[in-house]
Amino acid sequence: MDFLTILQVLDASLRFATPLLLACLAGLFSERAGIFDIGLEGKMLAAAFLSAAVAAMTGSVWIGLLAGIGASVALSLIHGVASITFRGDQIISGVAINFLAAGLTVVVAQTWFGQGGRTPQLSGDGRFNPVDFPGAVPGRELADAGPLAQLYSELLSGHTILVYLALLIVPLTWYVLYRTRFGLRLRAVGENPAAVDTAGISVVGLRYAAVLICGVLCGIAGAYLATALQAGFVKEMTAGRGFIALAALIFAKWRPWYALYACLLFGFLQALALRPDLITSVSGIKVQVQLLDALPYILTVVILAGFVGKAIPPRAGGQPYVKER
Amino acid sequence: MHPIPRWADVILIPLISVLLAAICAAILLVAINEDPIEAMNLMIQGTLFRSEGIGFMLYYTTNFIFTGLAVSVAFHAALFNIGGEGQAQLGGLGVALAMLFIPWPHWTLAIIGASLGAMAFGAMWAAIPAYLQAKRGSHIVITTIMFNFIAAALLNYLLVNILKPVGSMDPATPSFPEATHLPTFRDMAEGLGFDRMFGASPANVTTFLAIIAAFAVWVLIWRTRLGYEIRSFGKSATAAKYAGISPTKIIMIAMLISGGLAGMMAVNTTQGEAERLILNFTEGAGFLGIAVALMGRSHPFGVCVAALLFGFLFQGGAELGFWTSIPRELILVIQALVILFVGALDNMVRMFVGWLFSFAPSRGMA
Repeated sequence: MDFLTILQVLDASLRFATPLLLACLAGLFSERAGIFDIGLEGKMLAAAFLSAAVAAMTGSVWIGLLAGIGASVALSLIHGVASITFRGDQIISGVAINFLAAGLTVVVAQTWFGQGGRTPQLSGDGRFNPVDFPGAVPGRELADAGPLAQLYSELLSGHTILVYLALLIVPLTWYVLYRTRFGLRLRAVGENPAAVDTAGISVVGLRYAAVLICGVLCGIAGAYLATALQAGFVKEMTAGRGFIALAALIFAKWRPWYALYACLLFGFLQALALRPDLITSVSGIKVQVQLLDALPYILTVVILAGFVGKAIPPRAGGQPYVKER
Repeated sequence: MHPIPRWADVILIPLISVLLAAICAAILLVAINEDPIEAMNLMIQGTLFRSEGIGFMLYYTTNFIFTGLAVSVAFHAALFNIGGEGQAQLGGLGVALAMLFIPWPHWTLAIIGASLGAMAFGAMWAAIPAYLQAKRGSHIVITTIMFNFIAAALLNYLLVNILKPVGSMDPATPSFPEATHLPTFRDMAEGLGFDRMFGASPANVTTFLAIIAAFAVWVLIWRTRLGYEIRSFGKSATAAKYAGISPTKIIMIAMLISGGLAGMMAVNTTQGEAERLILNFTEGAGFLGIAVALMGRSHPFGVCVAALLFGFLFQGGAELGFWTSIPRELILVIQALVILFVGALDNMVRMFVGWLFSFAPSRGMA
């Protein structure tokens, strides 16, 4: 296996890791504030649909992105109203949101486009196109270029803007969580909301803020799927990515930088699943694709079981806050 | 919040929640330029006015009773088993292995073997998350979700690589032997002298097993010492522990029963309908158990009623997909709305009902 092939797999890993990363960071904000969110999948799906639909209708991917974020934030608000305002069960609300998105996207897609639950193919300005760095070697000349030029042109250059945006959001998340007053309060509200309340800060307000940030990030993740990774929406296109993101979040123990590493790892596994021939040629062992599919989940169960470092969720996670008892 | 009498808690609140879900669904239909009344008519005529429609409805209902009971039993122990889907998939594997590798002389024996296989495999798939919850404190919601995906990958692997007959392109096991085929409602009706009742519907004797299972769960939860322990643990884990109830034992037993019940669904689908194991035969019924359990207030009788409602919606949704341009996925939306209003927004409905009762004369209130 040559260097270029490795680069191609890593390149694919990065592309697959991006939606996981955005959704994972979305979940991180929500869960750090004490709101469990298993509805990441549904929010991504809704955003994928509406971004592709609006991009197809307006011809502008940026308006599509905004619409996608809008869809995701709307579902976030439902989650907020159910689990913050009415102190309902956060898991049940998340389940409802997943089904709501799975059903609504197909019903509305069928009504709008009549193509069996998909949107028209996007092209040109209707989707996010690769950003080529200056001096990057085009694909067909790549095989003759030197290793450094290959690295620069294949792995670093040529992604859509959302990939770079997702990577930038990692240090941003770290900064917000650990270096700002808002971040400190956000983390506190997920550990001990009563203490935050005693300090005169609104628990409800902070949690809504966290849930809304989660909605925005999930919206970008969904829009990336339909307008950058692929050229249009097909039903069930998230295909469990919201749950892999959830797994990555646990794997990363609710920390931003580790979220990046976990998502890159899971993205790498997805890229490998598309190239099982590579594993065979390197290791000589025939690895089943299904094993690669299941590996993120198996790894997460192992981490959850606490055999390899214990994953301890935010202490107040999943519990509605009641001001006075 | 104003106190609510018990009858309102058990009947009125779920009824209002379902009504709210129905109103939202109707608004959606109007928004996509369909007539909700017309749609409702189609669903009722296609389901309740034809014996074949009733047969399909009862077939779906049977699945939902099993998965709904599975979620309910776990709920009583304050455990959220979201893994019914994966447990049912493994149940299907248990059924398939029992049917393919044991030569059953008659369906009456085969259904016992299939049930044992389904329960054992379903329970086994619930056992690992249960153990991790009991011993390592791993959140059972997350582990059961993960196990759903692992189950899907495992079944995919087994069907594509191992259980598929040589030369077949279809990822499914060979058909089960003739002797294991279950009598359908149509067969039974013919035995009673009614010709061509229930058409081509797959409803079969497993429906009776579902009703027996519902009764057995009722006996278990409300009439046995174990059921009392499960409910005590569910209400207050610390109090139950103080009373000498072992948390590990309750978590394990509740989840094993839950997984076994979810697995039982496969007897209906795999032995009863498909007569072979196919990919994704669960079709989301494992998840639908959550809606059924929430709506049925985790009571076996309520679960049966809720399962019947969803059986009607499922068959009605298929009718809509057949006669109109409304896709079947409308059922997913209705399912989501029911989960949302009955489950997550329960307090909202409760506050509203409490507010209504605050106008009632205070005498005669419970």
